[in-house]
Amino acid sequence: MVEITDVVCSLCGCVCDDIVLEVENNQVTKIKRGACSVGKSKLLGHERIKSPMIRENGELKECSYDEAIKKAAEILYKSRRPLLYGWSSTVCEADSAGIELAEDIGGVVDNTATVCHGPSVLAIQDVGIPSCTLGEIKNRADLIIYWGANPAQAHANHMKRYSYVSKGYWTAEGKKGKKLVVVDVRKTMTSKMADVFIQVEQGKDYQVFSALRAILRGHEDVVPDKVAGVPKAQLLEVANMVKEAKFGITFFGMGVTQAGARHNNIVNAIQFTRAAHLHGKWSIMPMRGHYNVTGFNQVCTWQTGFPFSVDLSRGYAWYNPGETSSTDLLYREDCDAALIIASDPGAHFPGAALRHLAKIPVIQIDPYANPTTEFADVVIPAAISGIECEGGVYRMDNIPIRLRKILDTDYYVPDEEIVERIHAEVRALREKEGE
Amino acid sequence: MADGELLIRNGVVYDPINGVKGEKKDICIRDGKIVESVTNPKVIDAEGRVVMPGGVDIHSHIAGGKVNSGRLMRPEDGRKGLEAKTSVCRLQSGYSVPNTFATGYRYAKMGYTFVMEAAMPPLAARHTHEEMIDIPILDNAALPLIDNNWMTMEYVKSGDMDLLAAYVAWIIKATKGFGVKIVNPGGTEAWAWGKNCDLNDSVPYFDVTPAEIIKGLAEANEKFEMPHSIHVHTNMLGHPGNFEVTKDTYDLVKGVKPSKDRQVMHTTHTQFHSYGGTNWGDFESKADAIAGYINQNDHATIDIGSIILGDTTTMTADGPMEYSLYQITGRKWTNLDVELETGSGITPFLYSGKSPVNTIQWAIGQELALLVKDPWKIALTTDHPNAGPFIGYPIIISMLMSKKRRDESAEDMHKVIFDRAELPSIDREYDLNEIAIITRGMTAKALGLHEHGKGHLGVGADADVAIYDMSPEERDAGKIQKAFLNTKYTIKAGEIVVKDGEVVATPPGRTIFVTPECDQKLTDEMLVTLKDKFDKYYSVTFNNYPVQDAYLPNPYEIKAPMRG
Amino acid sequence: MEGMNVNLISGRTTVQGQNLDSKLTEKYFDEVAVCNLNGSDMEKLGVAKDDNVKVTTAYGAVVVKAKQDDGNPEGLIFIPMGPWANVLVSGYTEGAGMPRFKGIGAEIGKTAETVLPVKELMRTYME
Repeated sequence: MVEITDVVCSLCGCVCDDIVLEVENNQVTKIKRGACSVGKSKLLGHERIKSPMIRENGELKECSYDEAIKKAAEILYKSRRPLLYGWSSTVCEADSAGIELAEDIGGVVDNTATVCHGPSVLAIQDVGIPSCTLGEIKNRADLIIYWGANPAQAHANHMKRYSYVSKGYWTAEGKKGKKLVVVDVRKTMTSKMADVFIQVEQGKDYQVFSALRAILRGHEDVVPDKVAGVPKAQLLEVANMVKEAKFGITFFGMGVTQAGARHNNIVNAIQFTRAAHLHGKWSIMPMRGHYNVTGFNQVCTWQTGFPFSVDLSRGYAWYNPGETSSTDLLYREDCDAALIIASDPGAHFPGAALRHLAKIPVIQIDPYANPTTEFADVVIPAAISGIECEGGVYRMDNIPIRLRKILDTDYYVPDEEIVERIHAEVRALREKEGE
Repeated sequence: MADGELLIRNGVVYDPINGVKGEKKDICIRDGKIVESVTNPKVIDAEGRVVMPGGVDIHSHIAGGKVNSGRLMRPEDGRKGLEAKTSVCRLQSGYSVPNTFATGYRYAKMGYTFVMEAAMPPLAARHTHEEMIDIPILDNAALPLIDNNWMTMEYVKSGDMDLLAAYVAWIIKATKGFGVKIVNPGGTEAWAWGKNCDLNDSVPYFDVTPAEIIKGLAEANEKFEMPHSIHVHTNMLGHPGNFEVTKDTYDLVKGVKPSKDRQVMHTTHTQFHSYGGTNWGDFESKADAIAGYINQNDHATIDIGSIILGDTTTMTADGPMEYSLYQITGRKWTNLDVELETGSGITPFLYSGKSPVNTIQWAIGQELALLVKDPWKIALTTDHPNAGPFIGYPIIISMLMSKKRRDESAEDMHKVIFDRAELPSIDREYDLNEIAIITRGMTAKALGLHEHGKGHLGVGADADVAIYDMSPEERDAGKIQKAFLNTKYTIKAGEIVVKDGEVVATPPGRTIFVTPECDQKLTDEMLVTLKDKFDKYYSVTFNNYPVQDAYLPNPYEIKAPMRG
Repeated sequence: MEGMNVNLISGRTTVQGQNLDSKLTEKYFDEVAVCNLNGSDMEKLGVAKDDNVKVTTAYGAVVVKAKQDDGNPEGLIFIPMGPWANVLVSGYTEGAGMPRFKGIGAEIGKTAETVLPVKELMRTYME
């Protein structure tokens, strides 16, 4: 038995890096410290895809890595407009290889931000974002707002490590010296912990942001008695808490990005933060989901200039979410093959978009079988990043952390290598054709 | 890889570090280095063209968190520079915040082969290195921010200068950094509470002053044979009347003895720190006062941070400054405070020749270059992208070389230039030797890189060479600008990377890092305090903090022994 | 029993997160092929725990199990993000790139139809 410390969790955007676990016979046998229940589940492992597979006559048949990679390259080489989607549950090195492949074959490259915090990116492109690292919040924050987010279930260590329950330099008493405000359309495990819970009518967060902005900027007279089901008195109470806070933070989740107002909600959330900043120090941060959804956006931005939904079919980067986003492409039936890696659109895309994914050739690269596997024509199992191979990732606050390798694999191949081998095969096909 | 042997024939060579001022001279190259002679070389006929060592940029923001935040926040800037991939080059985007590939290509086309990333937040150092891996051609290095760090401020307060030195050594090693960067010392920590600090204000909760931090870090730096001095962005950037703060900052380290033959302080983007007046209404140039100080003293060097007119993306670890700027413009604003260490802010800005303030700023950068008499004390920068993108360097070169061009430009600027700036009355024109100094010789020396093959063409130096498509007699400012934008040839480590203004090869660059060699006992004592900080206050663990070797695929180490 | 007009949202849960890498398991099915709704809405619909309900939107219809969660206000139903919820979501992003996963007009009613296991559900897209 070996104890391993400083293990980095490759599950959610919290990227907890203080996990202590035990390994015996090349298996994680015990999580001693640091991981939440969701992270533990990942670290202890699930049933894997056992072999590369190619679909023949409707059935997936096992094959070698070489055969699967060759088949994948043929699909991409033949494709006139491939979609290369996912990239959020893998490391930056794989993302980098994927962008290079997409550039070379003129594909559209997109990550899961397109169905989670894509609207947050659009809002940042409109107004910017005042933010900070999670340690700043741990050490300084005396008022914490979770808006349209349920960390108690989705980011279970978030409050303990970084926000409401954590202890830091000016917050040595933990939650005793802090206030928690939760805004949501329904009561959740998170809202039950709140000092103030604002229950907003679904789809009307925008109005509540506007009302709070108005109060913080000295225009409370324009706020009606009730806003989106929230009494004005409660809004005044929260605005007062905001004014009195020395260091405040708003964390927001998909409750606001996935509702009808989408990026408009986030623009208003950021404007609310700017208004709060007139009274004290205020920051705002999206609760990013996958452990490296942020990292793909970083790599894609420094390599192409744009964070996601990048169409490379012209040789240069064309970025236009709403046109070049995965859902739109599939819904418009505007791609003719797909490489799906480290994500599961089968489970997380609208059915209306899946109808096209079910029709076109699909290459899946993932450690685990999932609903996307049902559509896949080539399945390539990957080594698990953060368990069987190392690599760089970016936490939800854009802090880069390197995943560690804790178990050996003499079979599974890392994502980066799979993508590079496919790319090499594509080049070989092109050269052959050129002859 | 290097093309074996090369011979550059008939060029007119400017190699100021070796005292070569425009001599017709052949340059021999073998295996990536300058050599005495070659036997069977490929010959490049330079035909009387200007030949210089590869350019060395002392201060530019090309990689890392805030640069990428700038790109992400500004797709409109990305769309300005779109270029399709070629058989040699990856795709390009951006103007003031180009993507990593464009950054490498465009610098190389200007004849540059080394760029210093001027501000690396230690906690996010991996990010800076990851981007530098993706910047082709250029050798690079990065300066970690060490001035608003709690460890630094606590040791400065307690006066434990040896332990401060141990911490400085540790963090430069942990970040694979190059030296000590200081940005608005104390002010960025104060910004974590929405405040700022002047030079002698007390930093909230830490009970030290920015002046004490600067002096302490200068002393700590000189305990090692560091190639570079402390590199300082002084307090009160961009405030009218700040030239006094700037001069006071120079005075702080006047008595500090350098550990090597160089300055003890390099202050950067000095244009932003040479302001007179009391508000934006009576704002005026104080470049003469700053240049006067530099002329009279030998312990400080500066770079100019000259303005390029037009739209750009400002970004700095000076969070409160970016907030002030955003309040003036009302444009988009991003901020990222970094726990226990630093912060950053980003906001777009338009420098307009119609604005009196911008006009004076535009004049100041050039005035500094023209009023500092000794070019070995001054470097050409635009503090890319803060005063303008690096792609504007050739414009500044043409201005410095042509009084006529400056006069013509001044006519198009706000008339305030004739009342509150000195530029129109300055007659000096730079010659090519002086241009070579402020773009290569001085910068390599100030960074200590001349001892590691950069910035000169002596035997043993890196075979980094720029051949500009102009004769030394050229006086036409437009032609000068054009020549400095796209070289006839750029050679990097003996390989032709640019030919006739086109990138023809994209070898990876090296990352140069410094290892200060601190006494182990001191280090151990410091680590007790540091580990406590990690246990209680950092959000990453001590063991996951240092930059792993994987982030420097092409490393070059400079050891800096501790002085006895 | 008559159907009722409701507002549909989807989102994460702990068990859904624990089974992100094991979506073909019963645990995932039991957690995600579920519609959480207020007790009084259940009463109005005449459904008890583990009764099947059929949820229909302009974009599709799906059968899931009913589960009481009084955290939801009346008229708001929550289906954990996943294959069942997504049958009901439009592919039209209104130019924003982001599908509207929350705030979808839906009709809900008790049904005798069975809940499709995940593989069968995915197969419906291939028809």
